[in-house]
Amino acid sequence: MIKPIRVLVAKPGLDGHDRGAKVIARALRDAGMEVIYTGLRQTPEMIVSAALQEDVQVIGLSILSGAHNAIVPRLMELLREKDMADVRVVVGGIIPDEDRAALKRLGVAEVFQPGASLEGIVEFIRSVA
Amino acid sequence: MPGFTTISGVEVEPVYGPEHVADLNPARDLGEPGEFPYTRGIHRDMYRGKLWTMRQFSGFATPEETNRRYHYLLEEGQTGLSVAFDLPTLMGYDADHAMSEGEVGKCGASICSLEDMEILLHGIPLDRVTISMTINSPAAVLWTMYLVVAEKQGVDWTQVSGTLQNDILKEYIAQKEYIFPPRPSMRLVTDTLEFGARHTPRFNPISISGYHIREAGSTAVQELAFTLRDGIEYVEWALERGLAVDDFAPRLSFFFNAHSDFFEEIAKYRAARRLWARLMRDRFGARSERSLKLRFHTQTAGCSLTWQQPYNNIVRTAVQAMAAVSGGTQSLHTNSLDEAYALPGEHAVTIALRTQQVIAYETGITAAPDPFGGSYFLERLTADTEAAALAYIRRIDQMGGMIEAIESGFPQSEIAEASFQYQRAVEAREKIVVGVNGYQSQDQPIEILQIDDRARERQVKKLEALRSRRSQAAVDGALAALGKAARGQANTMPFLLNAVRAYATLGEICNTLRDVFGSYQETSRI
Repeated sequence: MIKPIRVLVAKPGLDGHDRGAKVIARALRDAGMEVIYTGLRQTPEMIVSAALQEDVQVIGLSILSGAHNAIVPRLMELLREKDMADVRVVVGGIIPDEDRAALKRLGVAEVFQPGASLEGIVEFIRSVA
Repeated sequence: MPGFTTISGVEVEPVYGPEHVADLNPARDLGEPGEFPYTRGIHRDMYRGKLWTMRQFSGFATPEETNRRYHYLLEEGQTGLSVAFDLPTLMGYDADHAMSEGEVGKCGASICSLEDMEILLHGIPLDRVTISMTINSPAAVLWTMYLVVAEKQGVDWTQVSGTLQNDILKEYIAQKEYIFPPRPSMRLVTDTLEFGARHTPRFNPISISGYHIREAGSTAVQELAFTLRDGIEYVEWALERGLAVDDFAPRLSFFFNAHSDFFEEIAKYRAARRLWARLMRDRFGARSERSLKLRFHTQTAGCSLTWQQPYNNIVRTAVQAMAAVSGGTQSLHTNSLDEAYALPGEHAVTIALRTQQVIAYETGITAAPDPFGGSYFLERLTADTEAAALAYIRRIDQMGGMIEAIESGFPQSEIAEASFQYQRAVEAREKIVVGVNGYQSQDQPIEILQIDDRARERQVKKLEALRSRRSQAAVDGALAALGKAARGQANTMPFLLNAVRAYATLGEICNTLRDVFGSYQETSRI
């Protein structure tokens, strides 16, 4: 039996709009993954420590507030510091095209913008985990 | 094959006729416009007497920049202001707090102290322009800042008019910008209702909001039911405080979403008025006509806007705004075409405002109240929406009330389930979203408003200057008195006013209250 993929779905920053995070968490779980949801208002430090503790292969960040340029670089840096660079980071939310390219240069595996299909997200996570 | 269901998943019959409304009694269930149960609207002459207030929600970066946008909107014919605050302000943090990094001015204007509120409202006569403020957990604090600015303008509090959102229950249910646990939060709301009943007869101290519930993915029925049940909770707390229902109920206002399912939305507004009028009369014994009339603001559905082919959003917004006007709204915000990307740019917000002006002056929809009233389809939908909402309200009553329902996660999980089912239907192409899962084409790039990253720097500098200029002894004294009042039973409003007058910052005031009330963390469920 193949071990299921473990994913941490996280909602960083002050924003409380968790509709997207919850829909994704449920879709990943329905696809057979083990999903841990952090809840709201997580700092990059809290997210990285949860990822370590839960031994996940993938971190999914939901960011709608425009704070991604402050949050994601810090999170990527922390992952490197803790020798967790093999954990794949996926970002979903309102991310303008130019920021999307910049986030991918930082090592983010993929950025899903509004309208992305659940099926596409599930497939992508299966392919990188 | 797309089925014939509303956007909320309610089955729709192939055709509607007299047999579908046989159980309805027009005199009892509809009445005349302006008459109980107000199904057809709260005024006899409706928009002939006065158009709805065109009120675009706006705020970004610093109070200086937002003030400039307000003057622009008023010059373009907007008739009321609506303040959007940034996330640190909504969460009661100053711009220099560690959690504010990357968030200052991004989703609204940053307001850290009375000084910022003075800048935000500079040159805006508060006796003539009505102001709506979208703020919840720290609503009482921001409201006192506004009241002190009015005082400084020489405007009597009996003359100020506007709306404070101040609806904390829907924060726990849907939008999740809460600071304190539910019960102390309800005490703060009740403090504002009591203060408003005594001092600000023309101001709405609360706007009981379904908008965010719907944006979180609820159905139309859930939006209506949870909102009205929240309203019941506020009424019960105010009665418990010793207020008489007809002393505060006339100032309760509501806020609904306008989604794309045209008739389902109109039915929702009509059912809302009918249900509230009956609840207020029969459950709470309200006698004043103004207590029975549900007045509401509407915003078109942000969640319906697409990133793909953004110009289509103008059309969606126009249809949604038509539903709101057909449903008898008192004020309206129309979303801008670029809002799936960012806060709206000036060009986009102008088109959104023009959309309202076209509806008001060119379509003729304003000529008669409740223009679709009497439609077999609409009357059936209205009655079914009311019945389904009432069933939810009874269920929450049985749980012991809305706070108990929230603590057990009931409304939250009902909404999450509805939102997942909708997404599943879109994924399966049972519901078509033009440009997203059908009729895709190459997007035309649009211009996006960029928020200056130096907004935080500027706010932090102002805070430093303020802290060195003000009397620290006065601030400390006012905060100590506030803490003491919060620990006791007194109304906190006079103590908040004093702290604000001493230029205590929002963060300092909220920290004082956090020390007394504690902070709230929901149990996350997926």
